[in-house]
Amino acid sequence: MAQLMSKIRWGRGAVLLIAGAYFLVPMVCSIIFSVDDNTGFSLKAYTGLLGAPGFLDSLTFTLELAAVTVVVMLLLLVPALIAVRLGSQRLRTVIEIVCSLPLVVPVVALTAGIIGVLRWGPDYLHDTPFFQTIVAIQNPSFPVVLVLAYVLMSLPLAYRALDAGLRGVDVRTLVEAARNCGASWPRAVVTVVLPNLRGALLNATFITLALVLGEFTTSSILGYQPFSVWIYEAGKNDGQMSVAVSVLSLVIAWVLLLALSAVGRERRGRKPARP
Amino acid sequence: MTTAPTPVPSSAAADRDSTRVGGGAGGSRTAPKNPLADRTAPRRRLRPAGGPWLATLPLLVFFAIAFGLPAIAIAIGAFTLSPDAPSGAGSFTTSNMTASVQGAYSTALLGSIKLSALTALIGVLVGLPLAQAVVTSRFRMMREAVLSASGVLANFGGVPLAFAFVATLGNAGELTKQFKLTSHGWSLYTFNGLTIVYLYFLIPLMILTITPALEGLRVQWREAASNNGATNWQYWRHVALPILLPSLLGGYVMLFGSAFAAYATAAAMVGASIPLIPLHIADALSGNVLVGQGNVALALSLDMIVVAAIVMAVYLPLQRRSARWLS
Repeated sequence: MAQLMSKIRWGRGAVLLIAGAYFLVPMVCSIIFSVDDNTGFSLKAYTGLLGAPGFLDSLTFTLELAAVTVVVMLLLLVPALIAVRLGSQRLRTVIEIVCSLPLVVPVVALTAGIIGVLRWGPDYLHDTPFFQTIVAIQNPSFPVVLVLAYVLMSLPLAYRALDAGLRGVDVRTLVEAARNCGASWPRAVVTVVLPNLRGALLNATFITLALVLGEFTTSSILGYQPFSVWIYEAGKNDGQMSVAVSVLSLVIAWVLLLALSAVGRERRGRKPARP
Repeated sequence: MTTAPTPVPSSAAADRDSTRVGGGAGGSRTAPKNPLADRTAPRRRLRPAGGPWLATLPLLVFFAIAFGLPAIAIAIGAFTLSPDAPSGAGSFTTSNMTASVQGAYSTALLGSIKLSALTALIGVLVGLPLAQAVVTSRFRMMREAVLSASGVLANFGGVPLAFAFVATLGNAGELTKQFKLTSHGWSLYTFNGLTIVYLYFLIPLMILTITPALEGLRVQWREAASNNGATNWQYWRHVALPILLPSLLGGYVMLFGSAFAAYATAAAMVGASIPLIPLHIADALSGNVLVGQGNVALALSLDMIVVAAIVMAVYLPLQRRSARWLS
């Protein structure tokens, strides 16, 4: 038995090592590339960054979009998913279909459709209040249309993450138990169901955050300039700097997500382990 | 779909169910009394009245707006003449659709399908053992580092990823220079090059997708299997993989969809040197088409949707079938 276990451990080590190499090599090479001046070592790709026009603007713009998208996504999905776990089978099927359908429409196609809808504004709706709405959601300082698109794109991924978590938790029994102990409705959901879903909630948040931080298709075609579009534009002039920013954006995103998971771990530490 | 012990077919049955639960809940207090008192006593219901609809309504409304409207725009646009057409703008036509499945467009469509099918398959096969290794790791820190890194990479798949690979394996990339790969016929800007780059975000996506399912595998199942004399291989072949099959199929579909829709990586890396359908759509959207063919972009979008829908249609019965084994 011990022999078997050690064999498994070796297998695991090998798998992780090979995968680690595959995923680290491009990162290391990118760093070397970004500091490798023709004459030798140089950090100018990094030092010139903060002064680069549009860098900070696009970064804050992206972070704002990401925060709003995550909040909207969770508010829409979590109550719906918990409700259908308790409720009717038919409604659950509806939600499953709704959350899977965006998968059928690739982002480029969705963007084409969005452009089609936005074009209705000037074409057909000029004298109606809808026209003002269409103008308002394209407000360049905070384009709601991007949030709508991002939440829609994140639905399948976030749904799967949350649903997988819910699958491992017997929501019905948990809620029954909480209700039987006299918990009110919100209390049963917030203090009993949600803590059991922490992993799934974090997963869903992870995926959505990363999706928004890296999103390029919709924003570039609609003509906004979040971080990824800025990197692309910068890359046209200065290849080295664009590689430097690419590495940095990875690190920024990773640190952000690690911090998020640290928050989750802290919470976990405060409570006794669940059985 | 699989864990609910008693699927509740209708709302009436659900109500009965909740009453039963409620009765059991307050059993010691209310039940022994008059059953009519049940109506006035504060009942503990399994869910509040109208709860399911109230909780799902925002999602459905959002979906109708954010998904329904663009879908309608595509459906209408694909079959009408472009607004910039010389005459008859807005009238019904099938010329957009026929144009979208001919010549360069059909090559691009097939190229996209081939690339997505291949990369998704590799992604599933590599991602599963990797996720298992991560899930069963003793080091929680490493686990969290890998999962968050996967979260980044799964969507790092965009411009930064393209630049990272250009710096690594591009014509002037570090590895290319180091090992003189160009003289061995290597080029990043080919089908194979793009496959490697796509795997860089598809494998992490697979890890993220499959991890919750792997966490759902109970230790007891493995113990039971090994107590009955099953080898590690037998455990995986007869216990774990059948349980995981729906999740694996779901993962494949998700990876296919992700690869099929991926635009940023290809756009930033290869430009138009590899025919892929998203590149053509973006091109058409930004006006790089003949006058009067603006709606070809919408027709191409419809083509993509049809392909993705066929994949889903294949996947759903498969998933239902494997779900039956679970219950």
